[in-house]
Amino acid sequence: MPAYEVVALVTLLGVLAYALLGGADFGGGVWDLFASGPRKEAQRRAIAVAMGPVWEANHVWLIFVIVVLFTAFPVAFRAMNVALFWPFHLVLVGIVLRGAAFAFRAHGHEAAGVPLDWGRVFGAASVITPVLLGASLGALSSGQVRVTDGVVAQGGETAWLGPFPLAVGVLALAVCAYLAAVYITLETEGPLREDFRRKGLWAWLVGGVVSLGTLLLTRTEAPRLWGALTTPPAGLVVVAGVLLAPASAVALWYRRFAWARVLAAGQVVLLLAGWAMAQWPFLIYPDLTVADSAAPPATLRAVLWVVPIGMLLLIPSLWYLFAVFKGENPSAARDAARDHERSAGR
Amino acid sequence: MSELFAARTQMALSLGFHIVFAAVGMALPIMMLAAEGRWLRTGDGDALRLAKTWARVTAVLFAVGAVSGTALSFELGLLWPTFMEFAGPLFGLAFTMEGFAFFIEAIFLGLYLYGWNRLSPRAHWLCGIPVAVSGAASGILVLSANSWMQTPAGFDLTPEGRVVNVDPIAAFFNPAYGLMALHSTLSVYQAVGFAAAGVYAYALLRGRRPERAAYNRRALAIAMALGGVTAILQPIAGDRLAKQTTRHQPAKLAAMEAQFETERGAPLRIGGWPDEEGQRIDYAIEIPGLLSYLATGDFDGEVKGLADFPRDEWPPVRVVHVAFQVMVGCGVLMAALAVWFGVAWWRDRRAGRDPTARRGLLRALVLAAPLGFVAIEAGWTVTEVGRQPWIAYGVMRTAEGVTPATGVPVTLALFTLLYLGLTVTLIVLLRRLSRGEGDRARAADGPASAHAGGSHAGV
Ligand code: HDD
Ligand code: HEM
Ligand code: HEM
Repeated sequence: MPAYEVVALVTLLGVLAYALLGGADFGGGVWDLFASGPRKEAQRRAIAVAMGPVWEANHVWLIFVIVVLFTAFPVAFRAMNVALFWPFHLVLVGIVLRGAAFAFRAHGHEAAGVPLDWGRVFGAASVITPVLLGASLGALSSGQVRVTDGVVAQGGETAWLGPFPLAVGVLALAVCAYLAAVYITLETEGPLREDFRRKGLWAWLVGGVVSLGTLLLTRTEAPRLWGALTTPPAGLVVVAGVLLAPASAVALWYRRFAWARVLAAGQVVLLLAGWAMAQWPFLIYPDLTVADSAAPPATLRAVLWVVPIGMLLLIPSLWYLFAVFKGENPSAARDAARDHERSAGR
Repeated sequence: MSELFAARTQMALSLGFHIVFAAVGMALPIMMLAAEGRWLRTGDGDALRLAKTWARVTAVLFAVGAVSGTALSFELGLLWPTFMEFAGPLFGLAFTMEGFAFFIEAIFLGLYLYGWNRLSPRAHWLCGIPVAVSGAASGILVLSANSWMQTPAGFDLTPEGRVVNVDPIAAFFNPAYGLMALHSTLSVYQAVGFAAAGVYAYALLRGRRPERAAYNRRALAIAMALGGVTAILQPIAGDRLAKQTTRHQPAKLAAMEAQFETERGAPLRIGGWPDEEGQRIDYAIEIPGLLSYLATGDFDGEVKGLADFPRDEWPPVRVVHVAFQVMVGCGVLMAALAVWFGVAWWRDRRAGRDPTARRGLLRALVLAAPLGFVAIEAGWTVTEVGRQPWIAYGVMRTAEGVTPATGVPVTLALFTLLYLGLTVTLIVLLRRLSRGEGDRARAADGPASAHAGGSHAGV
């Protein structure tokens, strides 16, 4: 396997980690915006409790992907940044507002008089950002971004506004919302847990409809991708993903929350892996392959030294973080709620 | 406004914004650790309260640092795609390593901020160490990328301009790296130390809450320990760096010193207002021979002037010169203040007096609070504007690296509004935190209040 293929695989793993972890944090923001019913505030609190210790670490996966892209695939990185100039800028506004809003709001009850309702900002930015990220990914598969000698042809900068990329964006949003709801069922209990279970089932239903629609669009809008998605080997992976989807919903329905989490994550992994296999060997279809856009071998080798050493530090640290704060921990939100009521009572 | 100018401004704005939060994210954890460590050793309740206050400030500012840093890593590509295609494989390794430092920092900060009740006190304190270490590491690593732009290394160019013989390790250890990393790392500790010292000196001066005097004194001592030591080292590092700049980037040095003609025994020009067209400087105080000495180590050494360079390779002289004066001025003032503080502290301790009763010293510390951050922004202006018109010194011009996309003035306006909004909100928030309203709200929260965010009361 040539070095650039290994680095491409590392990049894909980064995308997967970001989707599973960072994606759920976006989903948390979505449910913050759509918090409803008598337990509205408790729902928001549960989301904040779940995200607080981990969101910044989860967010670094995105930086990791960007950095590996410009180090190892500079030609594609250049073209991508020209074609996605607008959606990426809007993503940045979303990311900055969302992160800042989360931190500001955490201290909001101490700082009345802060201009702007940062809670709303947090929710709204969490909805818009995954749509834009999904649309950006969609644009790179759509065949509408044409590149010659590294230069993006006229029209490439609006590719993300096509029906197919936007459908991918909405799908990304639904996936984020689904993941978040499923994960949070493991950190809540009683009626609050039921709230998130119900939200999860709704998100699953919406996600299902959107994915069907997206798949149909793929047929007409991105025929090469469609062809690859529907034949082995990518086809097999996609089918496995499609089978897991109802399985995770069934687990959620029967309140097998731990199972639902594993199956939901597995479903996302398989669908993204299927997409990557169908997209292979292109980074930007149809003009830039992974091989064409790769950095010189010396750089790729250096990356392949740095990444494993970094992972040696990262994986035990991540394990420790999640061991301390995650796992089945239904009382977390209860503790928080109790403390909140106590402080409100004084 | 031209696209190029807008892109440069947007980059400068984003970097100038980020560095403030990056500095706090690097330095405050050290102060937090010192305070919590003291509490562990002595049971001093004030030290614990300090640790918690600083943790809370870190929580908010780190989040802004993280998201503004994310914006930067995208902006490198969005604004300078052609440059990144060239530079990515060369300086990308530094960013890849920095990525892991970010992971470790974010993970252990999560553990530290939210783990007051879930970890034993000792484990909690230990979780702060990787935060401080990886914060420093991320600052040091990213500097390799910047110093590479000053002294590009690790590749050869063919006559047609193709990049060959790529050696990312040589690029990483480019010639300017070591001293730049040292000087800029000192700068963040110095700036945060002085800023914090100013806040507590102000509280001591006002003395509105005498019961908190011991707390404020403790805070002042920790802040000045960090800020004072670095302030004394900084001019030494800066002097070394200037000598290095003379060798690597003579045009930048000439702009810093407003040296238009090549000359032996060149005078040091303090202050003044350079006139680029007239090739002279007005109102400067000149000290004969000193510039030659500082730049070359010999009072009679030759200092290259701007006239030796083609006109289209001059950096903007006025900006670079004035910014350099501001940095050095701040540096000299802070070093002097650090010496004053050190001597006063030592004498008073020996005599059993309270050094914080010296109101003159406290007033000076209040006035000096912003100087470190002013010097950081000015220093970066020297480095980055002084590098113009090159994006990679001597190899690629900034104009060649810029994006072909149209609409940068719009994104610049967007980001200006965004950062303005965040700044206003932060000021309001931090003022409230500093008035101690946070303390009261927290106290009422009781233990294990996990309402997203800072530290929790009750260990
Ligand atoms: C607290 C902040 C601070 C203080 C007090 C000083 N500096 Fe500084 N200086 C910086 C913060 C800084 C910086 C922001 O960190 C820079 C920008 C790039 C870098 O590596 O450090 C810098 C750059 C910088 C450069 C430019 C290097 C180049 O671009 O090639 C020189 C020559 C000096 N400094 C010299 C000095 C001297 C002689 C000082 C004497 C007092 C001094 N600095 C104080
Ligand atoms: C955080 C501290 C930094 C500050 C305050 C800073 C400041 C600036 C300023 C003022 C400019 C505009 C110069 C001009 O166009 O006249 C600039 C440009 C730039 N800087 Fe920095 N810089 C910092 C660190 C870095 C680092 C670590 C990198 C590493 C890659 C970097 C990369 C760039 C790039 C790519 C440009 C745009 C090209 C150019 O204008 O030459 N900067 N920076
Ligand atoms: C001298 C200049 C710089 C220093 C000292 C510095 C340092 C830091 C530090 C300490 C952090 C941790 C966050 C915090 O503490 O608030 C951080 C965050 C970050 N910085 Fe910078 N930085 C510099 C310039 C840059 C540049 C030029 C880039 C990108 C091109 C960048 C990208 C990032 C990113 C992506 C993060 C977010 C990491 C996270 O999510 O935890 N930084 N930076």
